[in-house]
Amino acid sequence: MSLVNSSAGGVLEPILERYSRNPRHLMQILRETQERLDFIPQWAVDYLAEALALARTQVQAVIDFYAFFYGSSRGKYRILFSDNVTDRMQGNTALLARMLSKFGLAQGQVSGDGLVSIDTTSCTGMCDQGPALLVNNYPVTRLSSQRIDQICELVKSQTPLVEWPSEFFRVEDDIRLKDVLLSTEMAKGQALRRAIELGRQGMLTEMKVSNFRGRGGAGFTTGVKWEACSNAPGETRYVICNADEGEPGTFKDRVLLDSFSERVFEGMTIAGYVIGASKGLVYLRAEYRYMLEKLQATLEARRKANLLGKDILGQKDFDFDIEIHMGAGAYVCGEETALIESLEGKPGRPRIRPPFPVTHGYLGKPTVVNNVETLAKATLIAQNGGAWYRGLGTKLSTGTKLLSISGDCDRPGIYEYPFGVRISKILEDCGARNAMAVQVGGAAGTCLAQHEFGRKIAFEDVATSGALMVFGNNRDMFEVARNFMHFFKHESCGFCTPCRVGTTLMCNILDKIANGKGTAYEMNELTRLHQLLRTASHCGLGQTAGRPVYDTLQKFRPSYDRRLNQKDFEPAFDLDAALAPAREITERDDVDAHLGTHL
Amino acid sequence: MNSENTFIIDGTPIPFEPDQTVLQAALKADVFIPHLCYYPGLRPNGNCKLCTVIINGRHASACTAFARPGIEVENNTPELNDKRRLLLQMLFVEGNHFCPGCEKSGNCQLQALAYELEMMTPHFNHFFPSRKLDTSHPDVFLDMNRCINCCLCVQASCEVDKKNIFAISGRGMAARIVVNTPSGKLGDSNFALSDKAASVCPVGAILPKRGSFSVPIGQRIYDDLPISSQTEFLATRKA
Amino acid sequence: MMLSPQETPKRKLRVATASLSGCFGCHMSFLDMDENLLDLVELVEFDRSPFTDIKHCGTCDIGIIEGGVCNSENVHVLREFRRNCRTLISLGACAVNGGLPALRNELDVREVLREVYFEQPGVVSSTIPNDIELPLLLDKAYPINEVVRVDYFIPGCPPSGDAIFKFLTDLIAGRTPRLDYPQMRFD
Repeated sequence: MSLVNSSAGGVLEPILERYSRNPRHLMQILRETQERLDFIPQWAVDYLAEALALARTQVQAVIDFYAFFYGSSRGKYRILFSDNVTDRMQGNTALLARMLSKFGLAQGQVSGDGLVSIDTTSCTGMCDQGPALLVNNYPVTRLSSQRIDQICELVKSQTPLVEWPSEFFRVEDDIRLKDVLLSTEMAKGQALRRAIELGRQGMLTEMKVSNFRGRGGAGFTTGVKWEACSNAPGETRYVICNADEGEPGTFKDRVLLDSFSERVFEGMTIAGYVIGASKGLVYLRAEYRYMLEKLQATLEARRKANLLGKDILGQKDFDFDIEIHMGAGAYVCGEETALIESLEGKPGRPRIRPPFPVTHGYLGKPTVVNNVETLAKATLIAQNGGAWYRGLGTKLSTGTKLLSISGDCDRPGIYEYPFGVRISKILEDCGARNAMAVQVGGAAGTCLAQHEFGRKIAFEDVATSGALMVFGNNRDMFEVARNFMHFFKHESCGFCTPCRVGTTLMCNILDKIANGKGTAYEMNELTRLHQLLRTASHCGLGQTAGRPVYDTLQKFRPSYDRRLNQKDFEPAFDLDAALAPAREITERDDVDAHLGTHL
Repeated sequence: MNSENTFIIDGTPIPFEPDQTVLQAALKADVFIPHLCYYPGLRPNGNCKLCTVIINGRHASACTAFARPGIEVENNTPELNDKRRLLLQMLFVEGNHFCPGCEKSGNCQLQALAYELEMMTPHFNHFFPSRKLDTSHPDVFLDMNRCINCCLCVQASCEVDKKNIFAISGRGMAARIVVNTPSGKLGDSNFALSDKAASVCPVGAILPKRGSFSVPIGQRIYDDLPISSQTEFLATRKA
Repeated sequence: MMLSPQETPKRKLRVATASLSGCFGCHMSFLDMDENLLDLVELVEFDRSPFTDIKHCGTCDIGIIEGGVCNSENVHVLREFRRNCRTLISLGACAVNGGLPALRNELDVREVLREVYFEQPGVVSSTIPNDIELPLLLDKAYPINEVVRVDYFIPGCPPSGDAIFKFLTDLIAGRTPRLDYPQMRFD
């Protein structure tokens, strides 16, 4: 019997049609299926596999890889508390406990009536207005006890999300300091017109003259990347906008996409023009699902204005259009080759590099992958010229950088600074009076202590993808590192041995230390594991996963030391607890049915 | 031997042919680099990281890095072997590897590397995961307790057998090999003992039924000769 | 393989051995050293051990543990060894990684006992033995180094007599013990 003719088609056929039954759109098809059905049942897996001519394991593998796809019911309301360290500092733990007790649920459990499940998720990018949660992938910000109680009532009364108070879903830009990007006006199409005036080569020259470096973190020179891609053999090329802003503590791309999307799309179009691509793809993280319709409306308006589509602005043979692909909860997809795998409808496992995307990218074609901020700023270079841009910032790091500032400060939000700004200046501006540490560049970044606050934000000093989390002098840096380590364990793709096993081993050790069972032995193990992960991991995730631990061990060692016990060894597990099942079945509770901790 | 087609491993010039990886050229030249997830004829995969070497000062996987003229590769150094031993220990504690009860013992590449690198103990705390034994196939056992996620079966089934029977699913510690049948059972697939995928497993996760101990312990591949002295065998196995 | 005069300790080293949850195969292998035993007893004397039938371990230079940790008594014996032995050696697969007893680790110990004492065909008893003299089972079989600090490991099931002899003579002579390739076996 062919499943394709069964009644399941009622739900799935319109979705399949919308995506032309193209297996490359598997992620989008699964997302829409889940939005209709609340999860992806086995019959849908079988149906989609047959309809898309995929092995059913290929469909299942995608569902299993991404945190936001569910192969079994997670309830009609799926609530996920953002669990970045900033959410913790804002009190999410108590709020989570409050909601769980209101429903009488354990974390991760689905209520007996199938109504609701409550769990945690990686940073949702609302650090400036947290604590935050996602309900069915829509963010609720500025949580308070009161708001939690209201949400519980709305869920219990089964009120549809569209009828919830819109105030809950309000996401502020929180722009605190503007420099050239955030303050310069740009009429729609203005930068693109200028780029076309300059011509492909001319625009590329401006990019190279500007010495502009990519804002995703690695800092590769954007003009050089564009040139390499346009020189790569092949007819078809792609531009990809990496909007998978998953680095904990980063939310500047959220603001650019929400309020400056014309610049982002225009930057993509300019990149397409320069390298000769006719298609652009935005990879938008699942946590930013709420923007999708708005962004699509913006794209539609640009098509109407002939800024996208065929013969753009009357240029013969300049065809370019943009598609938006949603992610589904996988930090590793911020790595450009994992992102490309994901765009192709597969689990987001980083590819072997080389070859690099500029020669072998999306569908094996030459591809430019740029960060949101990079593309937005390309418009500024088109508007004002490379030489002008080069005059901003420092010699090696030209221009400005958007910083997402959160944590212990009076004014969290977005700050645009010329490169070269000192940490101390930033802390002063954002009202961080008692900072003990700042984590620059997110979980994978650098932890700086007070004596380093004179250092500068620049590729040649403290490089960053844009996150800056401030920790006041009452904070516990061990717990900060432990939060990050659990994040990496959760996000490890599992491809390579060191990252798959090592992140778990490091988490286990940190948990043991947190439980007061750590000794000097465990401290030594942490360093050894970090060195292995750093050098042997397949991609940046594993290479940087141990870094928060390493940094805090160097700079905040006492936060570890005061948890250590003075024994030379502690068992790997709780010996007395290991006897509990046998005590239960034999109904013994005598002295000999227990094991003490003494040697 | 001119410098156009040679590179250096630990001071020794190694000749190579176009499109050869560092690992392929090394094995051909009788220089051993530890590895688990590489098999001749299958596309290099690069997940086990046992072949981590230092090329011109940067860490890289020898199985995926292409040989280039004049590159300098560090391979057999105490530091790298320490790291490889750590990786082996990770693989041992992640699964359930009980050599005394395993038919693969003596023919097992994971075990052979542990001998080679003098891994006296798995060192880390064992995960003791609960994994399944699939006996549904008439000719083959599938014992996931011993699986190290090298993906060679996935590749061989896809690239050589053209059957696509295995896949990797899940992420992080939950990443695991799954069988492409509705039941998830190997017995419901068209897998055959003659498939390449049945013979590439470096450990005892895929084993033929009824062949147990036809080669006695003591006469097996790595019983007398360390894996490091068997580069020709490793390089010429055919996929 | 005798030691040079310089390598020979001034007094005999005191050695204790015990089998926890093992099969005594490692101890049998120890005896399989054959004539090497004669050389060894020139260098060591035995404290607590199945070879001597001494029941408790006094102060020793070397403790050798066969078998993994499966029950509370194993924990007590292991702790006694760790307290009294300057150097503690994990001998054989079970001590090193739990060995075959650890095959039970995916089973719930309650289910195991229920099945054995209630559900097996022919079983007529209706209680699970619960005398306070009996050691309780741990939820899993553990390698000994997850319970106490262990200094050295000799893998194998069992390690050969040669391997044990080589390891001990290295240790006694003050060399970091190493096994030659044929002695390095996990099976």
